[in-house]
Amino acid sequence: MVEVNWLTALSGGMLIGLSATILLAFDGRIAGISGIINGAIREGRKESWRWFFIIGMLTGGLFYKYFLLPETTVSFSFNPWSMVVGGLLVGFGTKMGNGCTSGHGVCGLGRLSSRSLIAVIIFMTTAIVTVWFTRHLLEL
Amino acid sequence: MKQNLVALVSGLLFGLGLSISQMIDRDRVLGFLDITGNWDATLLFVLGGAVGVTIVAFRFILRLSHPIWGDKFYLPTKKEIDRPLIIGAVIFGIGWGIAGYCPGPGLTALVIGGVNPIIFFLALVLGSFLYDLYHLTNVEKEIKH
Repeated sequence: MVEVNWLTALSGGMLIGLSATILLAFDGRIAGISGIINGAIREGRKESWRWFFIIGMLTGGLFYKYFLLPETTVSFSFNPWSMVVGGLLVGFGTKMGNGCTSGHGVCGLGRLSSRSLIAVIIFMTTAIVTVWFTRHLLEL
Repeated sequence: MKQNLVALVSGLLFGLGLSISQMIDRDRVLGFLDITGNWDATLLFVLGGAVGVTIVAFRFILRLSHPIWGDKFYLPTKKEIDRPLIIGAVIFGIGWGIAGYCPGPGLTALVIGGVNPIIFFLALVLGSFLYDLYHLTNVEKEIKH
């Protein structure tokens, strides 16, 4: 089932692709968010471009919130344990596997990297199985 | 300076893209991952749109001898499919399925509102340092042997 707003999903996706294209073309850098967060925290001011990228991302979110959000809905549920457990695993796994949805997905697939293709297939599959397990088996 | 300006603009587009495409809404993401339930396939267009752009654009960019405002391309050098890649992807996938956030949307959602993204982001940073710790102790073990 595809909902009516597939066009916003597609245009949002293309903006992400454009962002990764600009960063690679001008700076020669990969727009992998887990790597950018990890590098920003560990290397501090030495390579400040990562902090600029993060500030840009937050500004993009703020722009959306104050100028575009009224047309859509975002739920504000509170799920502390899912956040703690999920966050720990996402942080650990992306550091171990050198990338997340953006680094392996958007950029890695764009570079036709076989490592990234394998990573994307694995994390998409395990995420789908996890949701099946928690929603339909445990009925959380 | 020029490089930082590019990073700022690129980050802005990235955060805007994640927001417009609704990747910042964890309920939507979980609905997308729930293929055996009431599957919402809309988010396929996000990855499709993004990869559609990069797969074409990167071909041309990587033919350049160096980036427009940089001295070289910083690309991953590893080629082999090793255990850390596979196990890391499994662990990440489980976490994504539980939280409904991956790193990019988790970061951008910090400014959208709610407490979820704050907890998620702090746990993500802690998780990455736990991996460093795990990696360090493993390397030390190998040196001792």
